[in-house]
Amino acid sequence: MIAAYLVLLIPFIGIVFFALAGHKADTGKLNVRFNAVCLLATVWLAINVLNQGTLLSSGKAFLIDPFNVYLIVLTAFVGFTTSIFSSPYMAHEKELGKLTDKRLRLYYSMYQGFMLAMYLVLTTNNMGVMWVAMEGATLATVLLVSLYRTPESIEAAWKYFILCGVGIAQALFGTILLYYAAVQVGDVENSLLWSVLYENASKLNPEILEIAFVFMLIGYGTKIGLVPLHNWLPDAHSEGPTPMSAVLSGLLLNDALYAVVRNKMLVDGASHSDMAGHLMMGFGMLSFLVAAFFLHRQKDIKRLFSYSSIEHMGIMTFAFGIGGPLATFAALLHMTVHSLTKSAIFVTVGHASQVAGTQSMEKIRGLIKTQPRIGWGLLIGTVAIAGFPPFGVFTSEFLVLLATMHSYPWLTPLLLLGIGIAFAGLFRHIQPMVYGNQPEGQLPVKANLWPVMIHLGLVLWLGLAIPGFLANWFSQATLLISGSTPL
Amino acid sequence: MNIEQQDFYTQAILSLAALVGLTSFLMLGQGRLLRLIFIFAMQGFLLTLTAALAAYSLDNPHLYISAALTLVLKVIFIPWMLRREVIQMNTHRDIEALHNKTTVMLGGASLMVFSYYVLNPVVQTTSPVMLNALAVSLSVVLLGMLLMISHRQAVAHVVGFMAIENGLFFAAIVATNGMPMVVELGVAFDVLVAAVLFGIFFFHIRTSIDSLDVDRLNRLHEVDK
Repeated sequence: MIAAYLVLLIPFIGIVFFALAGHKADTGKLNVRFNAVCLLATVWLAINVLNQGTLLSSGKAFLIDPFNVYLIVLTAFVGFTTSIFSSPYMAHEKELGKLTDKRLRLYYSMYQGFMLAMYLVLTTNNMGVMWVAMEGATLATVLLVSLYRTPESIEAAWKYFILCGVGIAQALFGTILLYYAAVQVGDVENSLLWSVLYENASKLNPEILEIAFVFMLIGYGTKIGLVPLHNWLPDAHSEGPTPMSAVLSGLLLNDALYAVVRNKMLVDGASHSDMAGHLMMGFGMLSFLVAAFFLHRQKDIKRLFSYSSIEHMGIMTFAFGIGGPLATFAALLHMTVHSLTKSAIFVTVGHASQVAGTQSMEKIRGLIKTQPRIGWGLLIGTVAIAGFPPFGVFTSEFLVLLATMHSYPWLTPLLLLGIGIAFAGLFRHIQPMVYGNQPEGQLPVKANLWPVMIHLGLVLWLGLAIPGFLANWFSQATLLISGSTPL
Repeated sequence: MNIEQQDFYTQAILSLAALVGLTSFLMLGQGRLLRLIFIFAMQGFLLTLTAALAAYSLDNPHLYISAALTLVLKVIFIPWMLRREVIQMNTHRDIEALHNKTTVMLGGASLMVFSYYVLNPVVQTTSPVMLNALAVSLSVVLLGMLLMISHRQAVAHVVGFMAIENGLFFAAIVATNGMPMVVELGVAFDVLVAAVLFGIFFFHIRTSIDSLDVDRLNRLHEVDK
């Protein structure tokens, strides 16, 4: 359990340290070190869980089970690689005069603040604290979205703040209803603890829990970026600094979905109807299709990939909604590969827009000629995210497709159509950007592409063969969520 | 349900619920920002009373802390901050022309009916009193959203945002005698940080568009134009 406390303590020290120390030349590197130590702590935690099974802290405040521990490691990993990217990227932005020392101090302090909020969402056993941490994640990142202080970025941050704040308030109402249902059957003190709720799920009033779930889905769904609650997402992703887009897309969306799935497990235990699953399937499918169409109409490269994030979150929500072991396994795998691929893409996109000096896709041309590594990185990343074999996204999408054919065959054509439309939407924009002639005077920038290569390498590995311990892990998580294993 | 047969606590809670609901409607139709803020502070005061009453009647001392937090945050600090903002921006004499005032009020009334409809299953497990309390809280949440939709000033949006929090807080006190302490403190902390962030935002929006009219935040579009 010490490892879990360490995971929370390190980013907390980070917030205070960066806030007090201010921004110096080596702050970016220090940020990398903080995240590296945190990653080590999460690996230690994961080994503990692997050896001892589910951990519950002495005061029952924290719960680590196979479902959240892998997300914790994923969070730490993406946080770490993004910090490697962020260090030279932010230094470059400062050289361009876009940022000052004071704002970079805010940036690094809140980077750690965001990580802390994410770890707290994942580790806590208390549904109320989960809500508080989720709101905390919004509050930590809202000033980072407006970091450049342009009118556009302030508008995006305001939208993000208001929409997510109002949205997540619905989730608190859901949590209050959940608590209300729980105090009627159990002791008042521990009634919001997930472990206690899960044990007593069958005793909870199903109708109240179903109402509560609707509110939770709308609330956390705003954070997931489900259509029609998604409006903040492309704005916040496109106007904020690119490392923020990478962690928002790779981590925040996953963790919001995690919160929904935790609640779904309670509702399923109480009601034995498919209501929660059907709602998730509906919202997931709608988000998937709408985002696929919107991909075609984008002009800004970061907006393009944020719509792609909505599309993939839609697939995951849909797959968790189907609910069987195969679909759940696919959704867990998809969460992993999407996080890795999408954060890798945002890293390359960040460098690409620094090379071209703009985020407008019409003006980004000839990346392969100017800086081959960035061009190829973007191309391979897009191939991976579009679901081409042999990358991991293909495997997980294929599994989702199989599960759909098995349970709801009439939805398969819609799914295939959406994947096709999304593929076309991505490639019509990407192809001229990476190939084609470079504009005159376009120069390479200093870029660290190791995070991209590592991420894409992992995604490739997951597509070719999922290593035994990881597959075992996913199976345990699947067992926890859906009640049986796929393997 | 005959209200005269209920005990004093229940009667008081029902009256307070009615008053909280009323303040939400008053806010909805208010075009003057300073009055809007005043009514918001009134609503916060009613919540403080509710929390203190629940703490006293149910002998639940931790609700006194919630009551104190509400008093400091929602009756004093946030209204003070918003009032200062309005006076600095010199918008306190403006009357915002609300479009379709009648429609908005009717919409508000139907939201209230809708809240009762949604929460009707609650009656199975408890008294109709609880249904009233929960339905009023939900309608305060929904009316807060409607307030944000119908007003254009950023200050009114913040009031709507905080009114939504008020509705949630009311539900937490009445339905469950307050959430666990750690959650309540966490929520209060979030509200405080949100209030401070709103203050920072006012400054940024003012310097970027020279106004707090959010209709002028219109540069970003869903698709290219």
